[in-house]
Parts: sequence; C-alpha cells; structure tokens
Amino acid sequence: MQIYRSHVLVCGGTGCTASGSSKLSDELIACLKENNLENEVKVVKTGCFGLCAEGPIMVVYPEGAMYCRVQESDIKEIVLEHLLKGRIVKRLLEGNSDLSAPQTDAEGTDFFKKQMRLALRNCGRINPENIEEYIANDGYEALAKVLTEMTPDDVVNVMLKAGLRGRGGAGFPTGKKWSFAKANQADQKYVCCNADEGDPGAFMDRSILEGDPHVVLEAMAIAGYTIGSNQGYIYVRAEYPIAVKRLEIAIKQAKEYGLLGKDIFGTGFDFDVEIRLGAGAFVCGEETGLMTSIEGHRGEPRPRPPFPAVKGLFEKPTILNNVETYANVPQIILKGADWFSAIGSERSKGTKVFAVGGKIKNTGLVEIPMGTTLREVVYDIGGGIPNGKKFKAAQTGGPSGGCIPASLIDTPIEYDTLVEIGSMMGSGGLIVMDEDTCMVDLAKFFLEFTVEESCGKCPPCRIGTKRMHEILTKITEGKGEMSDIDDLYSLATAIKTSALCGLGQTAPNPVLSTLRYFKDEYIAHVVDKKCPTGVCKALLQYKINPEKCIGCSLCAKNCPVSCISGVIKQPYVIDQSKCIKCGACMAKCKFGAISKG
Amino acid sequence: MKSIEELRAIKEKAKADIQLRESQDGLRIIVGMATCGIAAGARPVMNTFVEEISKRNITNAAVTMTGCLGMCRLEPIVEVIDKEGNKVTYVKMTAEKAVKVITDHIVNGKIVTEFTVGAVKD
Repeated sequence: MQIYRSHVLVCGGTGCTASGSSKLSDELIACLKENNLENEVKVVKTGCFGLCAEGPIMVVYPEGAMYCRVQESDIKEIVLEHLLKGRIVKRLLEGNSDLSAPQTDAEGTDFFKKQMRLALRNCGRINPENIEEYIANDGYEALAKVLTEMTPDDVVNVMLKAGLRGRGGAGFPTGKKWSFAKANQADQKYVCCNADEGDPGAFMDRSILEGDPHVVLEAMAIAGYTIGSNQGYIYVRAEYPIAVKRLEIAIKQAKEYGLLGKDIFGTGFDFDVEIRLGAGAFVCGEETGLMTSIEGHRGEPRPRPPFPAVKGLFEKPTILNNVETYANVPQIILKGADWFSAIGSERSKGTKVFAVGGKIKNTGLVEIPMGTTLREVVYDIGGGIPNGKKFKAAQTGGPSGGCIPASLIDTPIEYDTLVEIGSMMGSGGLIVMDEDTCMVDLAKFFLEFTVEESCGKCPPCRIGTKRMHEILTKITEGKGEMSDIDDLYSLATAIKTSALCGLGQTAPNPVLSTLRYFKDEYIAHVVDKKCPTGVCKALLQYKINPEKCIGCSLCAKNCPVSCISGVIKQPYVIDQSKCIKCGACMAKCKFGAISKG
Repeated sequence: MKSIEELRAIKEKAKADIQLRESQDGLRIIVGMATCGIAAGARPVMNTFVEEISKRNITNAAVTMTGCLGMCRLEPIVEVIDKEGNKVTYVKMTAEKAVKVITDHIVNGKIVTEFTVGAVKD
C-alpha cells in the first residue's frame, strides 16, 4: 500500500467546482509532480465543506489547515511553502481577514465550532468516488448489523425510539412511515429517495449526494430490509450533474462489492437501486407527484388517501424519504436510538442542515443541533450581516415557508416552534434579509415561483396563486387598495384548505407570514404609496431639493433618459413621467440635493 | 460481499489509508523540513516515520513538517509533542535513529535521551 504523509482534500462540490476547483486539483497534481512529491502527498477530491462563500476550498491534513478562495496562482506557494517546507500559508487560511492569529485547524473556526455534523459527517472528509473511504468510516457496518443481528421490527423500534423526523420539510416520524409500509402485505414494495430538491436556495441534498453518496444507498437498503422491499429508486434532478455522476459511480461500486444486488452478506437479502432523473418541476418533489413521474407519467400529484405506504409507486406499498433523512439512518443503527434522541430538543431530535444564503457573510451549508437559536446561526456561525446592515428577517422553508422577524431571532429552530410562528422547517433553505429587503416584494417573488411551478391540476392552486400574485403586483405598483389586503387573506385561507397537494396548501405561507409580521409595510405601499425600503421601483421618486441644488447640471448630463432639465445656476427638475429610477443622478450629485423616497 | 468479515477487512485496510485526516489528539511528530533540514537528510527521516507508523498501525501519532528552528547545525531536527504540549527535541536524526524513536518513545513512552538536544556535545 502506498503511504502518504499528507492528504490534500480539494472540494469538488457544485459550489467550488463553479469557482474553478477542478482546475486547481489538476494544477496541484502537476505542481506536486514537478517537486517530486507525488508519492508523499495524496490529492483527494471530496464533497462540500459547507463554507461555500469562501470557495474554492482546500484542506491539508494532518494539520487540517483550510485554505479559502484558492486561485491557480496560489498553488505553487501552497506546494513550495506548506507541502515542501511545512510552513502553513497563513494568508489563505479561513477567516484570516479579521483574525490576528489565524486558526490553522478549520474545526476550530467560528463557522464550525457550533456545528454538529451528522448528516454531513463525511462531506469534505472522504473521497465520494471511492467506496473504501466510506467503508473506512464505518460505512455499510449498519447494513451488516441490521441484516445479521436485527429483525425488521427491531429496526422500526430503533427508528421510533430515536425520534428521527422527515428532513424534507413536513417532519413526519420516519419510524412510523416505515412501520406502516411494513405492515402492509404485498408481492412487491418500493423504497424511494426524494432528491428532487426544489426550494430556491436549498442545496443540502445535493451536497450530501455529492459528498457522501453511499450513505443514501446504505440507508435505502436498510429501509428495504425493514419494510420487505428489494427495489429502490432515487429521484434526482437532472440539474445536479455532479450528484448524478457520483451516485452512478457509487451504485456501480456497491454492486461490485456485493453491497447491493443479490444475497447481501450471504443473508439472502436482495436489494437494488436505480436512478430516475427529474426534469426540474417543483411539484415532483411532492411525494405523489414524484411517484407519478417515476411511473413515466406527467408529474402531477394525486389525492391522498390512499397514502404511499398503502398504495404508492405502481400502486404498491412505498416509502419515500428525503436524502438528509436517509443520511441519519446508518448512524442511528450503529450508535443507537438513545444516542440520537439525546441530541437536539424535546420535540425535535438530532440535527438539521441549513443552506444559509442571502445577506450573510458566511454563505454555505451548516448543520446544527435542533433547538439552536436563529441568532446563533446568523451571528455566530454565519458571521452576521455584511456592510454593517441590520438583520430584518430570515426566511425558512422557501416558497412553502415564512419569515422569522428580528423580534423572534432567539426562537429555537425546531419543527414545532417554527410552525407556531408561521414559518416551517422546510427542506432547510435559510435566507437572511437585511433592512434593504422589501417584504411585499419578497412575498411577490415566492408567489411568482409557485405560480410558475403550479402543475395546474387543481383550481385553488392554479387560479388562486395567480390571483394572489396579481394583487401583490398591483400593491407593489402603487395601485393597491385596503380591500386588496383582505382579499389576500381570504384567498390565502381558501387555497390552504382546498388545494390538492402540499405545494398548493403551503403556497400562501409567504404572504400570510409577511402580513403577520410586516403588515405596516403592506399598508405603506397601499395607503402612503411608498415602499419603505425603496425596492419597489414604481413607488420610488427621485426628487431634487431646490434649496440644495446649485444648478451645476451634472445630474442632467448623467441621466440616461434625459428627463432632468433646467437652467444653469438655477435648481433643476426631474420629469417623473419619464424617470426610470436608475439612481444615476443621486449617485453623481456632489451636493446631496437629490433624495429618493 | 459474502460476509461481515470481508467488510471488516476492507475497513481495516482503508482506515489506515485515511487515518491521517482524523483529528489528532495523540502525539505529533514534527520534522524540520527547511532547506537546512532537507540538505542534512530530513526527507528520509520523515519517510521512515511515516512508514513505521503505518507498518505498526500506530494510531495516536501524526507526522507533520515545519520550517527551520534556527539550530541548522543540529539538523535534521525532529520534535515530538504530546497532548499536553510537552516537547522533546531530537537532533541530528537519521532513518535508523527514527526507528528507535518510534519503538522506544512513540510505542513505549520512553524518551531516547541520547538523541535529544541536551545530549549534544560540541
């Protein structure tokens, strides 16, 4: 066996690949060769480390030094200084910008300190395209334990006792789901994995598939043994090419090692997994829509009951779990239900992965124990709001969720508390907004998304969300009336109770929660015809203060539509009917005579 | 895969391969690899440490490199630091001496006094 004294892990997740990490590893390998280090230093392509804002990322072991924003031109320095001479390149370390003594070990930085990585435990630590690295980290041990030491009932009991709830958003207890499907007798049952991650801004499922694909395969096989199924399907978006490729490699390797296929561990248990690619419709992330799509039909939901555990895929009993849910299963089997249920809070056990984005310093993927407060996520892990702006709200649950205003920033993040305050866990998108965000515009953005993604099967969603979007557009254009707000309420309530599937039932949530916490902003748009944050352009007016204007004509010269006129040394005037609200005049005025509002 | 033993065998083999990436709470063996160290023969010393650790399945020690300590005449210099931060400095190391440091100090916890910096006579 080749022995290496150092391993360099280069992030090969989508985020870092987009910022050029594959070029870096090529360059690194070439540079190592040049310095005759290729037999001493091993280069490993791995999954997402989570700190996507600082990508491309590279970690050098055994020191555990995390290099951020690495450019091709930095490679030579890393090789010559660190790998050849053992001197860590401090200027590239994480958080170097604001620390006088930079951390050399990534685990010690603020970004990682409060995190607890269970679902992401192998992401950024192993090579996802090498099954042996997964096996080295206890991979497939849980499957072996289940097949040789446990009955299906034992597995169900462990899952029930652990208290794992679905990580896709709704939070249904996983153990219950499995026990229902197990109880239903049929000649064929199916195990499905929902990797159709559709919430704008959420990417934790993608990162797990890219960084640790085998964990999903192992958990699906465990689920198959539990409910009595020999066939699994992973429904993954075609827009995730790296995840699909790594899954394909993982399935191939698992079959070669006999960890999928016939007679696994000589126990007579057969299990096979196939991939189905989704074309990117949001509604195919809904469980019945997803199964309809796997069956080869147009992705439309169907009424429940019958629930999938009774009649699911091809009308057979089926369980469908989310990628992140599966990622927790093998560890629960190995470490026990008590270990898992000790993590997190009273009603929500374990951890949750969040894709943190928006107006926050450390954009990326974080995994926290349930019950961590939003404040800790935003300020301690996320590094706070950039440019000294104020925190206004956080949006969780994407188009199905709602907002958490600044006044509730100390709310612990759990399934039930989030629902109580009008939001939801969702699949784990967490978008941070600062004082410059208009909440009406935000609600409109999410409605626009649901209008586009509505499959059209049921009228409440097809017509209702469209009408809501029209009202919101009217309000942001300054044509709203107070009765519009009442109409929004009644439409929202009607859609919530009458839509066919989860997509429709939750579509009004962004509107309801912004109305709940930011009604004054709606009223400002409707009554005062003003957008307090200046986002809604139709409500914006640039004005020249005649007392401050000295008539220099600079604004008029810079106006792209020539709507500013006047006489030199006299105050100038903006023609509001022609103004496109670009703000160029305000930026150019040297006397602060132009204001917006 | 026909048995759990088979899985365990793969695991043991693969584990040794990625041991390096686990968090280190054991001993750190730091080899001075500046120009002076390399010129004095630090590279074979370091390779010996890496090979011995792997051969003997030592899991509580990691080999890293560092720059020049300033005592270039005593290179190759190797420092062994334990969890509490206690440091032993070995000087004028060779591959043969490295094996002895592994067997005596790393495995059995007995410092090889005759190789340490204090034992050098000018």
